[in-house]
Amino acid sequence: MHVIDSRKTPFTFDSVERGAGLAAALKLSRADIIATVAASNLRGRGGAGFPTATKWNLAAAARVKNEGDHKYVVCNADEGEPGTFKDRVLLSDYAELVFEGMTIAARAIGAPRGIVYLRGEYLYLRPHLETVLRHRREAGLLGSDIGGIAGFVFDIEIRMGSGAYVCGEETALIESLEGQRGEPRNRPPFPVDTGFLGQPTVVNNVETLAAVTAIFANGPDAFRLLGSAKSAGFKLFSVSGDCTAPGVYEFPLGITVRHLLEQVGGQDAKAVQVGGASGVCLPAAQFSRRIAFEDVGTGGSIIVFGPHRDMLAVARNFMEFFVEESCGQCTPCRIGNVKILEGIERLERGECSTAYLKELRALGETMQLASKCGLGQSSPNAFLSIMDHFQDEVLGRTPSLAGGER
Amino acid sequence: MLVSQQQRIQEDIRAMVDKHGRSRSSLLPVLQEIQARWSSVPDFAMQVVADELGLHPAEVYGVVSFYSFLDHGPRGRFVVRLCRTISCELACKSRIARQLENELGIAFGQTTPDGRFSLEWANCLGLCDQGPALLVNDRVWTRVTPDQVHAIIEDCRKVFGAHAAQPAHASGA
Ligand SMILES: Cc1cc2nc3c(=O)[nH]c(=O)nc-3n(C[C@H](O)[C@H](O)[C@H](O)COP(=O)(O)O)c2cc1C
Ligand code: SF4
Ligand code: FES
Repeated sequence: MHVIDSRKTPFTFDSVERGAGLAAALKLSRADIIATVAASNLRGRGGAGFPTATKWNLAAAARVKNEGDHKYVVCNADEGEPGTFKDRVLLSDYAELVFEGMTIAARAIGAPRGIVYLRGEYLYLRPHLETVLRHRREAGLLGSDIGGIAGFVFDIEIRMGSGAYVCGEETALIESLEGQRGEPRNRPPFPVDTGFLGQPTVVNNVETLAAVTAIFANGPDAFRLLGSAKSAGFKLFSVSGDCTAPGVYEFPLGITVRHLLEQVGGQDAKAVQVGGASGVCLPAAQFSRRIAFEDVGTGGSIIVFGPHRDMLAVARNFMEFFVEESCGQCTPCRIGNVKILEGIERLERGECSTAYLKELRALGETMQLASKCGLGQSSPNAFLSIMDHFQDEVLGRTPSLAGGER
Repeated sequence: MLVSQQQRIQEDIRAMVDKHGRSRSSLLPVLQEIQARWSSVPDFAMQVVADELGLHPAEVYGVVSFYSFLDHGPRGRFVVRLCRTISCELACKSRIARQLENELGIAFGQTTPDGRFSLEWANCLGLCDQGPALLVNDRVWTRVTPDQVHAIIEDCRKVFGAHAAQPAHASGA
């Protein structure tokens, strides 16, 4: 294979002894496992930043629907957000830590079955993951009476996605696991109550689960004392675009955009997209902002735009992505993304009035409010923030400028 | 299609269903295996899957049509998927696209007349620090330059010569 090592800084995960996190967790009662996660202040690494302990508590308290049913732990390895590749590195090099995290979650909520939902684009990782799972079964770390605890049964199965970004949304992911089209469900009910096959299900990002293992191995304080008050811990960042050293970095949350750019060789950037296609575009004037859930939140995608980039072409690429990936279930998202893309084409031709641009902005804001799932709620973000900061660059284009640098 | 061929495909699909289980949640793994074996999920296969899992064929079609890695119509033995998302665009994916079209003699969305290659766009492949990136089936190529495109295609042709599996649609399934 031709994948070059993407790691650019040492990861905290390097310092985690394999097996130490799970061993530490299995010494605790279920309630104390969740209390430890709560003490770390860990928030989900998939993007939304939901407190992990709260999610586990809800699933632990939820009841299965009928006798004989059971709960599930799902690892979200769909990693489809443009500019995100840190889960790929975790699954390649730290798969044990991810599986340990799933086993700890299973113990905490009482789930005998775990599923890794791996995106179809990562099929080449599957043989390695199956090998790690087989070794864990042979070592008694999966199966029955795990860690010598009578009755603690847990095993993990890998299921593949088939090329649909929306299946990373947790309810669409569950639909997909159930053999349906990957169309998001109405929430509530939430997966912690009504998830896979209607049973209580914890869905966590790959990195969240690996972080859980690190927290048990190194202690919750070591984690909580990094980062900011509302965004504890270290986090992996996938950095790409116009910088000298793209790759996966580990930084504490709360780092400023400027500081991050200095580390990756992107000091001359004109703009940075934080959070992938569904995130926001920050101009240089805002590089002192912090990457943290209380300021600019993200699942870790950082895309750097150099001084010569045409921001309208950037907006176009993002909107083409959303037009393609919208599941089409609800109108604001199905129609809205197409309308915004048409507006961008108008801007490219230099035929967009300020009044029309205002209408497009209003449409984007409606989509944020009225769309059914996070895809449509966030798909206008990039367009809106680019129009906020680069309006003078996109208005009044003449034919020689149309299409910009593309 | 010959009856014996139909029977063989039917038996193969039954074996897949036996392996994955006869529940609705087995539908995707079964379809993925069919796609991997025959490069698409032809009508006849959808009918067999529907019968085996007790679903209406339209349900099966609804699922196949939703996922971009499942194809109803014929696809090549090798599906070349070039990432068109932002970081690969910044890394000049359009030159790779042009050269792929030149080498294969087809446009994106098409299959070569010999049924060997299909050319498709993909969205972000999770290799954004190493763009332009592409997948050939499940194999990854990164930091592709226009002059490497020919060698990538030749590489596939060699594999093709080594074990030339017949796609199901080549026999009219
Ligand atoms: C359109 C869309 C795509 C998503 N894709 C992913 C994904 O690829 N991986 C992921 O972990 N979360 C993704 N999420 C977030 C999940 O819905 C969910 O919040 C997350 O898996 C929860 O895990 P965490 O609490 O550990 O972050 C996506 C959400 C939306 C709306
Ligand atoms: S917002 Fe978009 S992706 Fe989400 S349910 Fe509506 S149409 Fe589907
Ligand atoms: S943008 Fe091409 S691999 Fe992510």
